[in-house]
Order: sequence, then C-alpha cells, then structure tokens
Amino acid sequence: MSKIILEAKAISKSFHDPVTIPILKEVSFQITKGDFVSVIGKSGCGKSTLLYILSTMDTDYEGELFIDGAKMNGKKEQELAAVRNEKIGFVFQFHYLLNEFSVLKNIMLPAIKLGKYTLQEIEQHAMEKLRLLDMTDHALKSPNQLSGGQKQRVAIARALINNPLIIMGDEPTGNLDKKNSDVVFDIFKQLASEFQQTMLIVTHDNEFASRTNRIIEMQDGRIIS
Amino acid sequence: MRYAIIIDIAKALLLARWRQTLVAAVGVTFSITMFITLLGFMHGLNDLLDGLILNRTPHIRLYNDVKANEIQPINRLFSNDYHFINSVKPDNAGQKIRNSGAILQALKNDSRVLGVAPKVSAQIFYNVGAINLTGVINGIDVDAEQKLFHFSDYVPKGNYTELKTVPNSIILGKAAADKMLTNIGDVIQVTTPDGERHALKVVGLFQSGLQDLDKVQSYASVSTTQKLLQQTEGFITDINVKLIDITLAPTIAKEYAHIFETDAEDIQTANAQFETGSDVRSIISYAVGITLLIVAGFGIYNILNMMIYEKMDSIAILKATGFSGKDVQYIFKTIALSIGIAGGIFGLIFGFLLSNVIDLVPFNTAALPTIKTFPVNYDIKFYVIGITFSIITTYFAGLFPSRKASKIDPVIIIRGK
Ligand SMILES: Nc1ncnc2c1ncn2[C@@H]1O[C@H](COP(=O)(O)OP(=O)(O)OP(=O)(O)O)[C@@H](O)[C@H]1O
Ligand SMILES: [Mg+2]
Repeated sequence: MSKIILEAKAISKSFHDPVTIPILKEVSFQITKGDFVSVIGKSGCGKSTLLYILSTMDTDYEGELFIDGAKMNGKKEQELAAVRNEKIGFVFQFHYLLNEFSVLKNIMLPAIKLGKYTLQEIEQHAMEKLRLLDMTDHALKSPNQLSGGQKQRVAIARALINNPLIIMGDEPTGNLDKKNSDVVFDIFKQLASEFQQTMLIVTHDNEFASRTNRIIEMQDGRIIS
Repeated sequence: MRYAIIIDIAKALLLARWRQTLVAAVGVTFSITMFITLLGFMHGLNDLLDGLILNRTPHIRLYNDVKANEIQPINRLFSNDYHFINSVKPDNAGQKIRNSGAILQALKNDSRVLGVAPKVSAQIFYNVGAINLTGVINGIDVDAEQKLFHFSDYVPKGNYTELKTVPNSIILGKAAADKMLTNIGDVIQVTTPDGERHALKVVGLFQSGLQDLDKVQSYASVSTTQKLLQQTEGFITDINVKLIDITLAPTIAKEYAHIFETDAEDIQTANAQFETGSDVRSIISYAVGITLLIVAGFGIYNILNMMIYEKMDSIAILKATGFSGKDVQYIFKTIALSIGIAGGIFGLIFGFLLSNVIDLVPFNTAALPTIKTFPVNYDIKFYVIGITFSIITTYFAGLFPSRKASKIDPVIIIRGK
C-alpha cells in the first residue's frame, strides 16, 4: 500500500457573485505516491478552482485537505507558503518566469527561499534539472530570449527544483503547439516512470489524459469517474 | 540567505526600472539637500544673532540701583503709618556693590557658574578741544571678559591684551574715536564727574555694531578705572555672571538677589523677545524641509505602485512558489528604503556642498565687523535629523504599496491569464 500524498475530503466551494453559485460539490479523492493523474472535464466545470484549492493558494472552501498527512485547514498564510515552497511544484499555462533574472536564477529562486542548501549546491541542482530537460545551453539567457516551449520547460525545471512531493499543472500544454506539447508530455512521462514523481495535471487534451495512469473526470463540480 | 534573496529580488526590480527609481531618489536628494542647507543657513543666522546678544549679555547681572533708602528715619518712630516726609536722599556710594570681594569668591565657588566678570562703569567726558563728549568707561577684567564675552571679536583694531600691560590705557569706541580724530597710539584726555582730568593712551578701537554704543562706550582695566574714580580696590559696580545652564538664570538671579542683597537681572527678562525670533526661523526651516520630503515621499509611493502594478505576475509566481506575503512586503519595503537611504545620503553630501558655497558668499555689514561671509552652521545634528527624516518618510511611502503587494491574491492573477 503506497503512501497517501494528497487527500481531499468533501471539498465544496461556491462563488457569491452576486448570487451564490456552487462550483465544487463535495469533491473527495486521494492521490498516492507515484500517481500520474490527469483531471479532465468540460470548460467551467471547476477544474482550475479545485486545483487552486489543492495547491493551498485558495483557502476559501468547505471540507478538508491533507497534504503529506498534515491538515491544511486553519494554517497561517506563512505556513501555507512554506508548504508550497517545499512540497508542491507548479506548472501553469503561462510560464511566469521573471525577466529580471537569468533562466538559471529563475529555477534557483524557490530553492534559495527554502534555504536547505548552499548557493553552489542549489546552482548544481538547477543545472541538473536543466540537463534533464535538455536546456543546459540556455542557462544564462534571459527568459525573454526563449521560445514558448523552452519557457515552459524552464517552468517545469523550476517546479522540480525542491524535489516536491507533487507537481500540479493547470493546462501546462495549453499554450503550446502539438510538437511542444508532445515534448512536455514526454517530460512528464519520464518524470513519472524514471523518478516516480507524483503529478496532478489539469488538461483539456483527451489524448494527453489517455496517456496518464489515472483520469479524474469532472462534471458540474463533481467527480464522475 | 533568506534576506539575501529578498534584497536580490528588490535589486533586480529596482534596476529593471532604474529611470523611475532615479527620479524618485533625486526627489529625496533634492529635499534633503534643501533641508540641510536651509537648517544650516538659518541656524548660522540664529547663531550670529544669538552671538550679537547672548555673547555680550551676561546671564545674570548683579548691580546696585540708585534708589532712596527704604527705611526713612520717621519709619523708625511710627512704623505702621503712611508717611509724607521722606528726607534722606540716596547716598553717594549708591552704585557700589558692597562686599564685592566676598561675592566674587562665592560666585566662583558656585558649581552652576561658568564664569564671573567684575566691572566698574562710570560716566566720563572725552575732551575734544573745547568740547566735551559724554561717554561711559567700563573697567573690565580683560581675561574674564575675553573668556565669557568674546571681547576680542569687537576690537577689530589694536591688541586688547594691552589693556592689562600698558598702564593708563583705553580702548575707545570706533565712532567716538572718529569724532575725536584719534587713532591707536594717541593719548586722549578725559574728565571724571568729579572734575579730575586724566590722560589715557588709546591701545585699540571697539566696534560693537551698534552705532549708539560705539559713540559712548570705552574700555579700560578695572584698576585704571578705579584710579580714575579715585576709588579703592574693592569698588565694583557690576558683577556679570555666565551660567553653565542658561535656562536656570531667572531662578538663580532671584536667589543671588536675596543672598547678596543686590539687584539681579537675568537674561531672559532682559531679552524676552529674542528667543521667539530664533524659534520661528527654526520652525520655518523644518517646515520647508518636511514639506519637500513629503512631496518626495509621494514620488516613491508612485513608483512603488507602478512597479507593483507591472510586476503582478512576478508577485503571483513568487507567492505560488513559496514566498509569503511578508516576504513580498519586505521586497517592496527594501526598494523604498534603498531609494530613501541612497537619496538621503546624496542629499547630505549635496547639502554639505551647497552649505559650503553659501559659506563663501561675501556678506559684509558694518554692524558685524567679524563677519565676512554668510554664516552657516554645520551641526552634525541636522545631518542626523535629515537622514532620519528621509528614512522615515520613505518607509511610510513604501508601507502602503508594499502592504498592497503582500495582499495580492495569486489565484486571481493566475486565473486572469
Ligand atoms: N472569481 C469568480 N467569481 C465567480 N465565478 C467564478 C470565479 N472564478 C471562476 N468562476 C466560475 O467558476 C466556474 C469554474 O471555473 P474554473 O476556472 O474552475 O473552470 P475550469 O474547469 O478550469 O474551466 P476551463 O477548462 O475553461 O479552464 C466557472 O463557471 C467560472 O465562471
Ligand atoms: Mg481552468
């Protein structure tokens, strides 16, 4: 029996804008270590909303959330930030790289914040991640000198830098063409098979989803399969 | 390392917008420059005017006013009634301070007293050909007078110490000397109220800046003056006291009047109006400086708001990857403070340079013989206040924007993309 990394217990959320619309209705599920999970569903069914709650960035919901066995409800903003820093890696549709820093520094930032290793060690780790993504040549470039696919790969390297328990992605291939999507998907696949990296990826792409280990399908704020 | 990364990020954001940052910093520099210069100049003026009055005015003056004897003979007979017969006139020794030697000694032993200068003043006439000009001769203790009242500042010509060394010497008011066509080295004739005629050698000219004073006043040593007046060594008419703490003057003056049975006048009573002027000048310079700083503060506030607006995405991802609201707040506070400190330090430097320039501007006035250029005060206090103000204002200018940045919700930003 593998270790449960993330557990959602009856998570519900409504927006009150101006009338109350329930978006998530008692969503419950578990993710165990090594799972490569995709979340699919029609546009507007609440996938992103769920992901933001699971990521601890959105704290306005009912129900309970456990990450690595610890309950997230009631934690302070600073504690949640520390959880994100150490245990969660993010890949969004947009890359969110800081143009003020080099590619390498962008990847290093979350690790410097974590403060577990020296700068030299962090730099070494960042180079390893770049090698994994075949991006070593671009380490010292500024992010705005890269193509869309390359930027997304740097974002994945940044998500990996603290060796997180889980990587969460919200349509990470949404902005990419077919070729680049395949590259990114291959990277995820490799992370899953070679490193048993746990991943939870929201996607529109049914083909992408069909290649993951497990598919969570949502409809009208509920998990249907 | 935690703070190093915050400073790192702050620096990167600053450099990415260095033009606007520079403008904001120049605003601070300008206001601190003006603040330092204004305060230095205003206090220079204050010191000058203080000097005009304070340096020359004793904190407490002990003297004997000429007044009628309070206990008239008839009082001794009918003490409780009102009397119309006052027969005993003020006696001749009216102006003399009795027991002056003992009083001087007591004052010197008083730990609150900085120094004491005895003085003998008397009316005399300067004889110019057939005419007599009225004058006042002050017999002074030259060393005490120099130490306490900067006597030499008012003797632009001649050597004031010769009062001690040259017998029967006098330092004559410049205006009087001009009238008498006398110069240093000449011998003048004076007549005392008793009709005695004396010859005195002019060893210096005295210029206070007040024409009325310079027409009348002259200085000699205590002993020369006592000799002129045919008085003994103990004859002193005034005792001028300088205190360590000027604010105590009124209370100590009352105390002395009581103990020594003389009249005592304190400087606050004698020059009540003068502190008001100093205070007003100080307040004006502080007000101008602070106003400028507040304007500069708004500049910083603007640039920070702009940066935060532009860097929403960066703030969102920093928060998503584990930087807390506090960290984000520190980043923007660091930006604000570094603008404030850098701008402030340059402000201090330019303020000092500008003060130097003002210090070189010629400023000649007959009223102030020792002043050749505009007066400037370089008190380190102004520089400390200046940099403190710049740090405080920039801190507050940065407070609200950085709070706003710390409250940015990454979910809203990421959803918006
Ligand atoms: N701030 C908000 N206020 C009100 N309603 C909102 C807000 N944010 C999202 N919603 C609504 O919540 C629902 C779920 O949104 P969500 O972004 O989770 O959908 P999604 O499944 O990610 O869709 P997509 O596949 O298009 O990204 C939508 O109907 C949306 O209109
Ligand atoms: Mg979505």
